[in-house]
Amino acid sequence: MKLWKSLFIGCSLVAMSAGLAFADNGDTLKDVQAKGYIQVGVNGDLFGFGKADQKGVWKGLDVDTARAVAVAVFGDYKDRLRYTPLTAKTRFTALQSKEIDVLTRNCTQTLGRDTSLGLDFVQVNYYDGQGFMVPKALGVESAKELGGATVCVLPGTTTEQNAADFFRSNNMEWKTVTIENTAELSQAFWAGRCDVLTSDASQLAGLRASAPKPEDYMILPDIISKEPLAPAVRHGDNQWKDIVNYSVLAMINAEEMGITSANVDEMLKSTDPKIQRFLGVSPGNGAALGLDEKFAYNIIKQVGNYGEVFERNVGVNTPLGIERGLNALWTDGGLMYSPPFK
Amino acid sequence: MASEQTNNAKTYFWNDEKTRAIIYQIVTAAFVAFIGYYLISNVQTNMEKQSIASGFGFIEKEAAFEIGESLVEYSAADTYGRALLVGVLNTLKVSLVGMILTTILGTIIGVCTLSSNWLISKFGTMYVELFQNIPVLLQLFFFYALFYEIFPAPRQALNPVTGVFITNRGIDFPVPAPDPAWGYIGLAFVAACIVIWLVNRWAVKRQERSGQQFPMFWVGLGILIGLPLLTWILNGAPTQMDVPVLKGFNFQGGRNISPEFSALLIGLVLYTASFIAQIVRAGIQSISHGQTEAAMSIGLKPGMVLKLVIFPQALRVIVPPLTSQLLNLTKNSSLAVAIGYPDFVQVAGTTINQTGQAVEGVAMMMVVYLTFSLLTSAFMNWYNKKIKIVER
Repeated sequence: MKLWKSLFIGCSLVAMSAGLAFADNGDTLKDVQAKGYIQVGVNGDLFGFGKADQKGVWKGLDVDTARAVAVAVFGDYKDRLRYTPLTAKTRFTALQSKEIDVLTRNCTQTLGRDTSLGLDFVQVNYYDGQGFMVPKALGVESAKELGGATVCVLPGTTTEQNAADFFRSNNMEWKTVTIENTAELSQAFWAGRCDVLTSDASQLAGLRASAPKPEDYMILPDIISKEPLAPAVRHGDNQWKDIVNYSVLAMINAEEMGITSANVDEMLKSTDPKIQRFLGVSPGNGAALGLDEKFAYNIIKQVGNYGEVFERNVGVNTPLGIERGLNALWTDGGLMYSPPFK
Repeated sequence: MASEQTNNAKTYFWNDEKTRAIIYQIVTAAFVAFIGYYLISNVQTNMEKQSIASGFGFIEKEAAFEIGESLVEYSAADTYGRALLVGVLNTLKVSLVGMILTTILGTIIGVCTLSSNWLISKFGTMYVELFQNIPVLLQLFFFYALFYEIFPAPRQALNPVTGVFITNRGIDFPVPAPDPAWGYIGLAFVAACIVIWLVNRWAVKRQERSGQQFPMFWVGLGILIGLPLLTWILNGAPTQMDVPVLKGFNFQGGRNISPEFSALLIGLVLYTASFIAQIVRAGIQSISHGQTEAAMSIGLKPGMVLKLVIFPQALRVIVPPLTSQLLNLTKNSSLAVAIGYPDFVQVAGTTINQTGQAVEGVAMMMVVYLTFSLLTSAFMNWYNKKIKIVER
């Protein structure tokens, strides 16, 4: 009867794990509070957005976005973030399978991804568009002259599809070289395996800055697509989505209100009720999100407002040298706009 | 009482060994089926909860991405199904060519290691030690980098022979321009192969009967070249070539072998050949030296000894492990992803990413590789049976 016994044990084990396996998506906040850190999916290879420097310190716009979320949840970000570098192909699966809690990895929001991948995008943290980088020696002035070219592109990205659409609609022949790893791909491009490297314009600027001879390359003026890059969370966890969303929005709102990491302490004394509500001097917002009342104050104090984050990582004084453009506040002709914090 | 115990009719059915064996098997099968059902339904429920799309409907949808090289017509306007087919064919291409080349190279190296010539045998040993001990992924990176770092851009193309261009975009070479004659020549080639097979059968029979030898090699070569050549002349000897020409960024026309394909092929062939060399060496060494001496003593030349006495026996030792090496080559070809060769894994990976349907995509990958592997095994098992020593 030994066999029956072990069979019985086996069956009950399966039945028990069934209960565990059906855990739903609705408790990411509890999960991260219990484990004490947030597992965040980042690029890993993209200067200005998500890349570790020589000392192993993570830097970039997406990294700062993740920091803002960590600060909102824990009050500080030191040792509160663990990074998972992801390729374009592995990023969504990592989020679906709960390997990571939040994905801040320059992902373009599209209808298809929003509906069929089991994830939700939140506030856009960078409005991008797809461009082309070519060696200056090629003598090309516009993307329309690229017929017959060999193009390096990351597989599994919206840029891969956009480029296909662009060449198709302009009736141009082209050839692709698709290598999964950004570093390998750009290496092939620097060596001349392809004539063109296509990606989001911000990425091209980042890659160009890391080229052996940046001055030999130029980014063509054509922008062929809309690429709203947004952090993403799992579908169905509304509280967690709100937290990530308002962490990004808090940085934008702070810039609108003129609050910076330098003056945020003074601003606490402001008599403006809007600022008082925003910084948690008059309570309400934090409790609504299930966070500390000071979450916005903490984000601004420790990470900075959106303008500061932008200038620090990708702005004109960085090797990337990107103008604010679409990423300026709506008051300055850009698209960055925050709903009221009340 | 004693008579009751020996009475079979009275034993309970679970005390019957046969019945019990059947019950065990039914229970085990049911248990496995239950686990399978449980896993599948669990995945389905969870995916529904997370609102992840499921099903194979995406195969009919437009893929909207390009693939670098393809054996069949393909464009971004085609369906995912066709894109996946392109991937399967690309994997087949590199695997089949790789298997043939690596078997030849591995055999040569294996024989080399046993050579009585010091230089040749040391070369063989060094080759095996070098390629066997470097991870194949590193070798792929190395050969790929070699291609794009060493060879010039298209405008400074190397031009070793008229019409052949070597660049960091691969090797461009001319092919005969389309002409109906080439179809007939292909048929003539197939016909030549059949004729050779028939003649060979006749020659073997004749030798067995009368002991007379027939110069099969030269006759065969003559037929193989002569028949297609004759067809070519009869069809008006078309000489028009489709020569690659530098137009814009790249060479147009002719055929191109891409650096990705070349690097993958070279990497896989060199790596796998080192293992096959060891298998071949072991196989040959497993044949007792007395066989060689016996063969020599009846006056066979060393080449004939190898061909007629040693190899037929060694093959029985060689073929089973050789099969697993060839399967390894097929499976290792999925490393293509790293150097941008659009094999099945890469296309399926992109498909998974665009559609978000990882479960279906991974299932397809498993089915495809399983099919490749089972087919290879089936072929090798058939071959293994064929070369078995006939018991007399």
